[in-house]
This record gives sequence, C-alpha cells and structure tokens, in this order.
Amino acid sequence: MTRYSAWSVFWNGLTGQKGWDRAWRDPEPKAEYDVVIVGAGLHGLATAYYLAKNHGVRNIAVVEKGYLGGGNAGRNTTIVRSNYMMPGNRDFYEHSLKLWENLSHDLNYNVMFSQRAHVSLFHSPASRDAAARRYNTMRLTDTDGELWSLDELKRNVPHLNYGPNSRFPILGAAVQKRAGTARHDAVAWGYARAADQHGVDIIQKCEVTGVIRDGARVTGLETTRGIIKGKKVGFAVAGNTSRLWGMAELGKLPIETHKLQAFVSEPLKPLLDQVVVFGVGGAHFYISQSDKGGMVFGGDIDWYKSYAQRGNLPIVQDVAECATSILPCLGRVRLLRHWSGVMDMSMDGAPFICKTPLDNLYLNAGWNYGGFKATPASGWYFADLIANDRPARVVVNHDLTRFERGVNIDERGAGPDPKLHG
Amino acid sequence: MIRIPCPFCGERDHSEFGYGGDGTIVYPALDAPAEEWVEAIFERENICGVQSETWQHVNGCRMWLLIERNTMTHEIQSVRPAHEGVAKALEESK
Amino acid sequence: MSARRLQSGGLIDRTQTLRFKWDGRDMTGFAGDTLASALLASNERVLARSFKYHRPRGIMSAGVEESGALVTVGTGDRRDPNVRATTQELYGGLVANGQNAWPSVRHDVSAVNGLFGRFFAAGFYYKTFMGIPPFEWGSGTGMWMQYEKIIRRAAGMGEASRAPDPDRYEHGHTHCDVLVVGSGPAGLAAAHTAAEAGLEVLLVEQDCELGGAYLSEPGAVEERQNAIKALNDAGVRIMTRTTAFGLYDYSVAGLLERVTDHLSAPSEHLPRQRFWTVRARYTVVASGALERSIAFGDNDRPGVMTAAAGRTYLNRYGILPGSKVIVATTNDSAYTGAAELCRAGAAVTVLDARRSVDNSVLDLARNAGTGLRLGAAPLRAIGGKGVYSLDLAASDGDGWRADGSENCDLVLVSGGWSPVVNLSSHRGAKPVWDAENACFMPAASDEPLTMAGSAAGIWNTKGCIASGQVAGAHAAKALGKSAPAASAPSAGGWASPIRPVYEVTVPRKKLKSFVDPQHDVTTSDVRLAHREGYVSVEHLKRYTTLGMATDQGKMGNIIGLALMADALGKDIPEVGTTTFRPPYTPISIGALSGSSVGAHFRPLRRTPMHDWNLEQNGTMTEAGLWQRPWYFARAGETITEAYIRETDTVRKTVGLCDVTSLGKIAVQGPDATELLNRVYTNPFAKLAIGKARYGIMLRDDGMVMDDGTTWRLSDTDYFMTTTTAHAAKVMVWLEELLQTRWTDLKVHVTTVSEQWAGCAVAGPKCREVLEACVADKTVMSSEAFPFMGVIETTLKGGMPCRIARISFSGEMAYEAYVPSDYAMPLMEMLWKAAEARDGCLYGTEALGALRIEKGHVTGAELDGRVTIDDAGLGKMASPKKSFIGSAMRSRGDMGREDRPRLVGIFPKNRTQSFNAGSILCAEGKVEGLGEGWITAVTHSPELGHWIGLGFISSGYEPWAGKTVIAADPVRKGNIEVEIVSPHMVDPSGERMHG
Repeated sequence: MTRYSAWSVFWNGLTGQKGWDRAWRDPEPKAEYDVVIVGAGLHGLATAYYLAKNHGVRNIAVVEKGYLGGGNAGRNTTIVRSNYMMPGNRDFYEHSLKLWENLSHDLNYNVMFSQRAHVSLFHSPASRDAAARRYNTMRLTDTDGELWSLDELKRNVPHLNYGPNSRFPILGAAVQKRAGTARHDAVAWGYARAADQHGVDIIQKCEVTGVIRDGARVTGLETTRGIIKGKKVGFAVAGNTSRLWGMAELGKLPIETHKLQAFVSEPLKPLLDQVVVFGVGGAHFYISQSDKGGMVFGGDIDWYKSYAQRGNLPIVQDVAECATSILPCLGRVRLLRHWSGVMDMSMDGAPFICKTPLDNLYLNAGWNYGGFKATPASGWYFADLIANDRPARVVVNHDLTRFERGVNIDERGAGPDPKLHG
Repeated sequence: MIRIPCPFCGERDHSEFGYGGDGTIVYPALDAPAEEWVEAIFERENICGVQSETWQHVNGCRMWLLIERNTMTHEIQSVRPAHEGVAKALEESK
Repeated sequence: MSARRLQSGGLIDRTQTLRFKWDGRDMTGFAGDTLASALLASNERVLARSFKYHRPRGIMSAGVEESGALVTVGTGDRRDPNVRATTQELYGGLVANGQNAWPSVRHDVSAVNGLFGRFFAAGFYYKTFMGIPPFEWGSGTGMWMQYEKIIRRAAGMGEASRAPDPDRYEHGHTHCDVLVVGSGPAGLAAAHTAAEAGLEVLLVEQDCELGGAYLSEPGAVEERQNAIKALNDAGVRIMTRTTAFGLYDYSVAGLLERVTDHLSAPSEHLPRQRFWTVRARYTVVASGALERSIAFGDNDRPGVMTAAAGRTYLNRYGILPGSKVIVATTNDSAYTGAAELCRAGAAVTVLDARRSVDNSVLDLARNAGTGLRLGAAPLRAIGGKGVYSLDLAASDGDGWRADGSENCDLVLVSGGWSPVVNLSSHRGAKPVWDAENACFMPAASDEPLTMAGSAAGIWNTKGCIASGQVAGAHAAKALGKSAPAASAPSAGGWASPIRPVYEVTVPRKKLKSFVDPQHDVTTSDVRLAHREGYVSVEHLKRYTTLGMATDQGKMGNIIGLALMADALGKDIPEVGTTTFRPPYTPISIGALSGSSVGAHFRPLRRTPMHDWNLEQNGTMTEAGLWQRPWYFARAGETITEAYIRETDTVRKTVGLCDVTSLGKIAVQGPDATELLNRVYTNPFAKLAIGKARYGIMLRDDGMVMDDGTTWRLSDTDYFMTTTTAHAAKVMVWLEELLQTRWTDLKVHVTTVSEQWAGCAVAGPKCREVLEACVADKTVMSSEAFPFMGVIETTLKGGMPCRIARISFSGEMAYEAYVPSDYAMPLMEMLWKAAEARDGCLYGTEALGALRIEKGHVTGAELDGRVTIDDAGLGKMASPKKSFIGSAMRSRGDMGREDRPRLVGIFPKNRTQSFNAGSILCAEGKVEGLGEGWITAVTHSPELGHWIGLGFISSGYEPWAGKTVIAADPVRKGNIEVEIVSPHMVDPSGERMHG
C-alpha cells in the first residue's frame, strides 16, 4: 500500500499517477466476523479502525446500506470543538479534539483539520457569564478557552455586524482556538482506508434487513447480500437507529429522528477565517468558510420529526436571516446548495455509547448535532466498549439507563424534548 | 412546506404551527411511579412512516391537533383536535 | 478569432446602444444583449480563469449552465462575484471585471499552475500537506495550517464585497392552481391549456423574455407571439426574470424574481430581488433540456461552446460567433444551427460521430452548403486563448483513431441533451436512465407534478407543444376541470438515433480533456478516482469535485458518470444517478432574508412605558425579544454607580420598576384551582380569593421550569404571572396539558401579557406612593391589604388597576397592573409620588442586585438542570399532593444530598470583586470540574461589598468558614471567597412583611 506523502504525490506526478492503490477494497462479505459494525458512517468506520488498531481485533466487517460516508458524514457543517462542560461530555469531547489534532498523521490521510478557532458570540452580560462558566470549566480541565472583548473580536473577525442597526449588539465572544473545521469526506475516506489497511471488510450496498436473535444474543444480520454472522454486533446508524432497534425487537429508544439542513454558498476568496456561531432571540446559527471558498452554514433543525433527507423553506429563510444579520455582506453572496441530514436526536442532547439489553449488541447513537466532532472519540470508546464489554469511565453515563438514574448531562438544559437540543 | 389543514382555520403553512411530539404517549397519573414516567417521557417509537403526533396552531387558533403524518414523505393522513370533547363537538357541528 | 455582430437579425435592439466597462475598458452592446453576447460581439474571448489551473475560460453556453464565463459585476458594496455573463442582462453603465486572476484574466500569472498540473491530480491534497515534506514528518496540525493559508488564497473564485449589502429585498407569498415553470413551447402550451380549463395559472420564466427555445428559432417569431397573446387573453399570470429554484413539500415552490439586476438606475422604491413562496395545487415543470459537451483534448479552450449556444448567439443576439466553424455532434439537433450559421456567412463543417444519418438530416446540411464528415469527432482543440484548429478523430470500431486536423475559429459541440430534472429531483424522484436517448428522464411522480417538453425528453417543437397540452390537461383533470384530450407524444423525436459519445480519445495520446471545466476536472481525474476506488457517483463527485462548481454539474455530470460506468464496465444507471439539490441556480442569501435584516432581524418588543423610560434617561437592555430598562443613570454616573444608588434607594425609600414584560395568563374556569394545584409544586387548593401565592412549576422530568406569582381574583378566575423568558413556553404548556392530557378539566387559559402593563413599587415608602395614587386610600391599609394580598381598585382619574402586595426585592413592595393604554399615566402618577419621597426609578441591574441580596433565583440559576431542592426551595414541593414532576424530581442522582445547592458568596477580602461564571473550587484543588459555580454577582450597598449567588456541592453548611476559590481563568484569575447562606440581607424577611 502506497504511503501518502509529498514524495508519493511528486513521484506519481512524474509517472502518470499510476502508482496509487485502491483506497479500500470492495470485498465480498464473509459468513462470519468477530465484530460486525452496522453503518459505514464516520462513527462506524472509526470504531472499526480503533477496534483493529487499539484492540487487535482482526476479523471485522462494517456493513453499509449505501456507500461509505454517504449519510450525515457528508452532510454536516464540519465543525470540530470541545467546548462541553458537563461531566463525561467534558472529557469525551476533549479526548476527541486531541485525537483530531493528530488524525491526519494517524490515518496518513489529510483530513484538513484546521484549528482556525471557534468564536461563539455573546450579546448580553448574562450570556457572557454563562459562557464564562463553560470556558472556565474548560480551562480548569486543561483545555484552551478564552473570552474576547469586543475590541479583540473586531480585530480578529472584522466583517461582523458591529453597526448601530444590529438587532442584538455583540458584546464579545467566547473562543476556543484549538477548535475549527475539517474536511468531512476526507475523515470518512481516511478512516475507511486506514481500517481497510488493518484488514477491516467495508461492505457497501449491503442493507441490513433483519436482526437474527437467539434469546438475549444477536447471532447475525440478514442483509441484502446474505446473512452475516457476528460474535459481536455494533449499531452506528444515526437517524436510522430506531429502525434497526425495531428489527432487533427491542422496543423503544430515547431517540427521535429529526432533520437538519445545511447550506453552502458559491466559492469566494477568503472572507471569514474562523468558525463563528451565535444564539440569540431564539435564533441559532453557525458559519465557516471551506478551504474551497464556500461559506458553509446552518441553523436549527426543522422542528418536526422527519426521516426525509430534504428540507423545507421556513428554515432556509430563518438561516438566511441569521447569516445576513451577523455578516451583512453576505446579502449579495449566493446560496449554491442546501440539503439535509437525518439526526438521531436524543432526549437530553447527549449520546449513547453503551451496552444494550442483548448481551453482544452494542449501541452508538444519539449524536444530535454533535456527531462530526465526536467522531474520533466515538470510535475510540465504542471500540473499547465492544472489545472489553464494559464502558470506559468517560462514557459510563452515556448509557440508556441514565434517565431512570436521574443523571443529567444536558448541555443546554433544554429538557426531555429532542427538538430543543439543536 | 408542509400544509396542515387546521380543522378550525383551514389549510395553513406548517410554520404557523408548533410541533408537539409523539401523539400516542399516554401520560401516567401524577402519582404513578417514576418508572412509568421515565417510559412516557423518554422512550419513543420513532416511527419511520405514518405516526400520530401533536401539533399546536400557535400562530392561529392555538388549538392542539392530533395529526397522522408520514415522517418520510411528510404526507398528512388525518387531522383532528387533540381534545376529544372538542373533536366530538366539531364532528357534530358538521 | 472573428466573432462579429451581423447587420440584421436577432431580438436585440440595434437602435439602443449600451455602454459598459469590461476589465476597465469601454465597450458597447445593444439592448437585448447579455453581457456574454455583448463581449462575444466585441470579440472578447478570455473572460475568466479556471479554479485550479487558471486556464483561460471563455463563453461555453448561452444560459444558466455556464461553467466558463464567470465574472464580477458591479463595484464597491454592490460587487457581485461569480456572475454568469451568459445570464447577466446588459445595461448602460454596467461594470464587469475578470476574477480569480492577476493582473487580469487575459494575462494571469497563476496560469503557471497549469505547468504543474500533472501533480495536481484529483484528491492530491488528501495525500500531502500533513507534515514536513517530503515524508510528512511531524505531528499535529502545524504544517497543514501553513499550507492551508496558501491554499485558501488560491481557492475561491470571485471576491465578495466586505461592506454590508446596501440593497433591499422583499418576500412575496402567492397561491395558484397551476404553477408552470418555463415558457418554452411546452410551458406556453401547458399554461394555455390549464388556463382555458378555468384554472388560475402562474407561469414563471427565468429569462427576461418568454419563449424558451422559440427565442433561438428565427422562424418562430410569429408562433411565439401568438402563444404569448393567447396566454394573456386567457388571464395567465406571468413572471419573467423569475427562477423557480426549488420545489418543496406540498407543491410549494420557491421563486426568485430579479427586479432590478438589469437596470442602470433602478427606482429607489424597488427591491433588488423578491423571494416568492408559491403554494400551487399542481405544478407543471417545463424547464427544458441542456446540451452537454463531449470530453476531448483541450475542450475547455475559449472558442469551444455548445452547439445550441452558437445558434442562440446567431439567432437571438445577431452575432456570427465564428467565421470558420466546426460543429461536432452526436445527434440531429445541431444540424439546423449549422445550416443557419452557414447561411449567415460562416464556413461550416459538421462532424457527426454517427456513421449514418437519416437523409432528412443530411439534406439540412447539404442544402445549406456545410461540409460534412460522418463518423468523425473532435480529438483536440489547438490554441491558447482561442482555437485555431481542431485535430479530428475518425470512428474506428467502437473507438476512435486520429484523422488529421482542420482549421477553425469556433468549435460547437453537441454531445446530446439532458432534460432539466432538477425540480423533480428536489422532490426525491430519482431520474431514470433512458439508453435510447442517452439521458436521464424524470421519474414519474406521485405528487401533483408533471414534466413537459424537453424536460421530459421530447426533442422536437411539435412534440413539446403536445406534451405541454397533455400536462395542462393533467393538471385540469387533477383539479376537477376538463380539458380537451390530447395524445401524449413519446420521448425522443429525432430522425436518427443519437450515438452516445462522452469522450473522444485515441490510444497512446495524452490529452487534457475536461469534464467539469470550472473545477478543472479531467477525464484522467475520473479514471484516477476509479483506480482508487471512489467509484460510486457520490464518491466520484466529492473526490474529484466534479459537479460541485457553481453550475452544479449541469454540463459535466453525465460525462463523469459515463466515464466511470465505462471504467467499471457497467451501465450508467448502475453507477448511480445524481441527486440535484436546491437551488436550481444560485440565489442571493439577501433575497431569502428579505426585510428581516439589521434591526429587523427579529421583532422588537417594547413595553407601553418604553418611551417614558427613555424620557427618564433609562438605558435599555435586551431580555429575549423585549427591551427593558437596565438602569437610569444620573449625570456622570456609570452603570455601577447608577444601580448601586438605585438599589440603595429602594432599600431606604422607594423605587419604581417597569415589570410589564413578565408573562401574564388569565386562568379561568371551574377547574382553574385544580389545574394550578397540578402544575405548581406548592398547594394552591386553598388560596383565598384576594390572595396571591408564589409558585414553582417543574417540567415532566422534574427539573424546574418556571416560577411566578398567581393571584386569585375570584372563585374561578386567576391571574398568573410568569418570567419574561418563559411566558410563551408556559402558555403553550398549559394549553397542551388542558387540550391533550387533562381534557376533563374545565379551564380556559388566555394570554393577557399584552393587555396589562405593570410596575413594581418597592421600598419602605411604597405604601405612601400608592396611597397617593389610589382613588380611595383606605384600600391600602395594612389590614385591608396584607402581605400577599390582592386588590382590584381604581386609581385617581378612574384608571382601573389590580395590585398585589408581593416582593421580589425583599422590601415591602407592590406590583400594580393597569390596562396597557393607561401605562403612561400610571407611571406619571407613581413617579410624581415617588419622586416627592426621594424615590428612584430602577432597572434590571438594580432588580438583580436586590434579588441577589435576598437569594431569590432567576433564569441565571434555573438553567434547566436544577431541581427545586438544588435551588433551596425544596420546602415548596408539597409532600401531600402529586404535581407535574413530583414522580420524577428525586429519582436517582436527582435526590442526592451532595448535589450542588444554592448558596451565597462573599469575597474573603471584602474589598475585592469577583465574576459570575467563575468555578468554585476547594482551596488547593483548583482543577477539574470544581465543586460548583457562580451564577450572579452584584455589589450590595446594604453589606458594603460584592456578593454573589451560586451553587456548591452539598450547599453552604459544609463549606461554612472555609476558604473557597472562585476560579475565573478566562477573566480575573482566582479570588478567595467564602460560602454563606443565600439569604444575605434580611434573612428573616421582616421587611417585606412591613
């Protein structure tokens, strides 16, 4: 397998690009695996990679109904940050950020993690103090975080609406400089390639149509490419979790599927160097500029439950209003494309990496908006869970029993309503 | 844009409505044990297909409605007032 | 190169000369021109540079699919990058410039990138730029961040203005029976048929003129005019310069109407653009078809364009686009144009990839006198900033062999046609591959939607008209009207079948053949993607960036798919279809925002005392959508000085505070008491008439939702107040409970927040103030009006008023509410009385200080993760009844004794201040998640130092007397504090009982 490097790019340039191998194989499914992960999205692929790399599991399959990285992996707004403060979430997302920082080297695939700073605006003293609590917590747990005064903000992010006609005048911002964006497709491909190099079978166009149970065990999966047996099975299928859960006849889950739209503009010369987010007046908005030049942005979910990967106009309009209100020069910039993904919204906005009522079935779900940034840690801890059959300390509360146990890791404090955890 | 035929106001954009949630939840009695409440509040069928759900015509008549809607196509199959008494009265007035 | 304007012909107005500037040079065109046609007529070839290699780019089309001629139009704060010159109408004074090039698009130093093109294969950036070259040594993102700076500067296309957009946009909403998208022969026929059937029809056309393909047909002038007249007679609403950019659920369409983008000096009252939301009952999409190119060597050179574009420039714009033209086709459609160009004076050779062609088609060429080579195709365009000759290929079995070359100055290409299925694709209908016509056809829809004309793969005008009539009749039938039966034409309609050719290549010849010319995606990139396993269409697109440019793959996608299918040895549909996302063409974000910009981004809620507060020199602060008085500074006072004075005054004499923004709900009906008893944690069953009670509501999950006072006005009538922040939420919550859960309760809830204006009157002299204002001052006596009492009375001058003796400040206090229209006189009257008693007006900052001193909680403490016990209000949870949240509020962890509990905080050194948002840590253990946090801080005039509220594990008792660190690394650093009871002033509450 050719190692990617400036040298190999140069050499292949001279030799007609003939030396590149397939990034991943297209194997036929085997009859049985030690671990079968359902879902070749970011989390599923990362799980397979860390299972192989950290835990030495050699016989792994990732089965995917479409093509790898074809769901939310390619539909998100690519933001990576670790500004979480609740117990568990704090360690989890910081571990994730640390993995992000070396991910390109680890995978030998440039995922273009750009630590360009995540700038979260505040518009009132109360929201400044709430941000201070969060960023102080980060600092005390060895994570970077700072507050910018209005002057500092103006120096660093010059084109925001600081004018007198701003509906909610900006007072300053909470900033995490190590946060930023990454190239979402590259993350999926990088994990896929690295997992494949460790011998993981990534089986695309292989839809799970049934879960075969023997009492409290899963013995295999019925798929469109035949029955695949697994000694252990992990679900990592985001918005489709409840459907698989239903196939396993496991009843209800604390998850609702909602759709989230995302937007990209025509490519422009550099206009915005950071990730900028704000939430005020019932609005919620985040924006950054891709390396290709498109302004990538998004806002709230569409408010109603949906499995449809297409959005509707009210949110399009709402998000546009946020865009022009915070960056008034965007009025003339043109929207190139908008699309939507289906999100596994949990009841408290926090995810699940946990065991299930079945002995050898493991669940990875409930990522709400947070799935992309969580990718490395999600794969890391899910692999750890599957390999060792017990959750690591960091994720002990990311389980299905936390609601009856009265454990609260709700970053927003929004309460048991999935639509409020955007 | 989903267009919701409000039984009181006629067909309106969904942006006039607030989304409630799963309309099949039966809330336990206030003095029921916590386990029953945990189930009602946190556990969801999360149907992909036709599900019964509640919406409120917030920017209209403010009535809570029980709507059968396909969560994949967004197609609405039926709409009625969530309050059975109101639903019955409406039916009788027709 | 020699494009030139003809003396006659076309739809331009040669009597109206328009002057414009291109790249700083003065140029002219005619009314009716696009920027592209005017530049073409002036023989300008290089209008742009490509994304990666900075290769010269010229005009490639005559419409929305343009992938080459992207320019920047306008200057200053009206600069628009990435404008397709082919759709920009020319106007006098237009200023356009090249972009993504330096010093100009004609001489761009970055063109040197092209020399290194061999290294810049698809996805090369995923393989390097990670560490120190050449072997990517090192770790972390340091190297990438350096590379990224350079890459970002090189990427992007045009440069957007940094200044706020000065233009206005509007939103429009409309309904119709039938929305017809596109006004070509099919759209016109569909609209007419539907309108004749008695339906209300809206016809939208993205062009400035109706007619679609008719506009490029010299012989169709009359036909077009008649069709338009018939539409007007039938009462069809027509919108031109309007793009249906997306189809959404329930036949709702988004339209963008360009109102002034074509005007030199638009009237000030006109918006630049309008975004329309159309609610149609039926939609006919007659959006036409787009011609595709063919991949051959250097097919991106200026001077290579679609055959249809050549025809449009000739017939619509009166331009002979070349003098020696080669028309390379795979199908019948290019022949008419070739003949027309020949008659207009060009020397024309037709290369037809097919070995045999129907005589009727050949006659077209022969009669016009064009040269004709069957079984021939373009192999490589020769030239730099233009084309001067074309290497040819001859059909050889299934492939090609080199076959000489021919001089030319223009190459027109027709690789076949792709129906514009975008809108039906927005509805999730996957297009279906039609091998016979070599294109994706729209899938049948189960929604009220029909495709018509060439959008449904019908290639001739007659068929398109018939198809439009059928679509109109479909719409009529679906909507319960009748229309004359028409027989549906079948797809296709050429005399000889197309020969699908996507790429022309010969063995052992290295060619740079472009699939997506804007993003510089070549056929070798597609093959590399195949070799590396990026074989599904979505992988292919993302890895190579094919189809991701501003044209969203309108010209290149099919070629890419076909090449991948070929590499895989599969059929095109097995590789996949491409999913088109809205918008069909890029639309300005400003139009989507409409007027909701700047100060109008969100509604602004002002209390009826707003102006009065401002007159008293009040400074306002945002509270949700409300603006509330923050503080009332006297001359020279800072905010801190002002609120300290206000706080002090309230404690010593009296203060007035506008509390109108609190939510107010009338809870009425025989079961009102029962409702309150179920939603509040504390008992309401025995609240006497004429009494108020403070209550706390929990959410279903047992966390605190909101608090407020509820006043009993009669047996069946309560007046509930909520916090400002949760007013709407509590209202919806009560309605939900009554309409979905407790349908047996006879209660009606009505929001009366807007009906009542309120003022808090607080401080030792508050009774005196109200006595001076009420008509009968005996109602204010302590006996008649005790603590927590409620009266409905009349103020002097006959103002109706309801007053409760309740206190948030801890002082003796009242809240007085009057109907909103009386707000100003109320304030005048109260203020006159208060001012005379050395009182003050106070705002939210002093309000905050007063409540912090008392340990009263607000949103800063009740953040949705706090239980009633955490907030120190456990005693308010009745053990004798069940209420919302009672079953859940102490489950598991929520019942733990060591949870963070509400406490007061003093600085150890009383001269020091500290900050809300600090983390409370045990001394010597300033790390980790800490023991608690500070929610609110103020200066207490009563205590003479800074104080705070916060939460710390197990509450204040275990911490009493210990030093605790308030860690605030993001601002102040560490401050030593001590933990006290949250009731920091008047803990026994004597004062408010007065």
